Amino acid sequence: MAHEHAALQHHFDDMDQQLEASTLGMWAFLITEVLFFGGLFAGYLIYRTKFPEAFDLGSHELDIKFGAINTAVLIGSSLTMVLAVYFAQLGQRMKIVFFLFATLVLGGTFLGIKAVEYSHKIHDGLLPGPGFTFDSPIADQVRIFFSFYFAMTGLHAFHMIIGAGLLSWLMYNAWQGKYDSSYNTPVELVGLYWHFVDIVWIFLFPLLYLIGRN
Amino acid sequence: MSQHIVPMRVYFVIFFSLLILTAVTVWVAFFDLGAVNDAVALGIATTKAMLVILYFMHVRYSSKLTWIFAATGFLFLIILLAFTLSDVLTRDWIPVSAGWGGGAQ
Repeated sequence: MAHEHAALQHHFDDMDQQLEASTLGMWAFLITEVLFFGGLFAGYLIYRTKFPEAFDLGSHELDIKFGAINTAVLIGSSLTMVLAVYFAQLGQRMKIVFFLFATLVLGGTFLGIKAVEYSHKIHDGLLPGPGFTFDSPIADQVRIFFSFYFAMTGLHAFHMIIGAGLLSWLMYNAWQGKYDSSYNTPVELVGLYWHFVDIVWIFLFPLLYLIGRN
Repeated sequence: MSQHIVPMRVYFVIFFSLLILTAVTVWVAFFDLGAVNDAVALGIATTKAMLVILYFMHVRYSSKLTWIFAATGFLFLIILLAFTLSDVLTRDWIPVSAGWGGGAQ
């Protein structure tokens, strides 16, 4: 029998089996996440088909520049994340730390831009609630669009904040030299989570920012 | 270990493809294509998601069981959305007698 890696749990035969089981577990979690967000997407679909004009009006209030830049920032963070995984597979400690840090910085940039957007929208009275003001006969329907906007982007941002925590934890462990070419499962799995969050945004961007622009 | 290491070049190709598709989806949104606008936007978003799943999430290089897990999430999502819409979009197709729930008000 080959020598056992320190990170091998006793209930697995070898590192390959352990990685495979962990990956499947992460995907099972991501399936629940798909359906978690899926409920919001289904709600969006129902109200969009019910009030198409109001959704177009609401979408016009959003700034495509912010949305597009944030999409690019998030895609960039997926690239740095996958490079962190790549260097973890090669066992290059400082490069893992560097690319995890780059991912964290890009994630922070995304959240910063989102915060600026939120404060503009709240200042303009577009946050659903007692302060909501919108000059249109169908203002009530536009408010529903903004309920979806804040709920969906808010839940997405919440996932990003959790991701930032996970990245910080990975950076600490990577710095300590816990990941190498034979054991890098946590980096790989947080990568899966981070890319999933990226995919959610890939759908949110056109559905919220780009409708009724012509 | 037998982890499949994808060449770094692949990641950069996917990254630039995703950026180009983002630019295309913004560009297309300004043309009036009627209902096709939504189809194009969702088509591009789905393509981008597939690139991320297959390459960044390594599903292309993973075991068949991982493929099934990844596909299952989207299968259930499609069921959720399709059954929701099959209800909501078809409610006016058949006139319902006023007696249905009409007694309350």
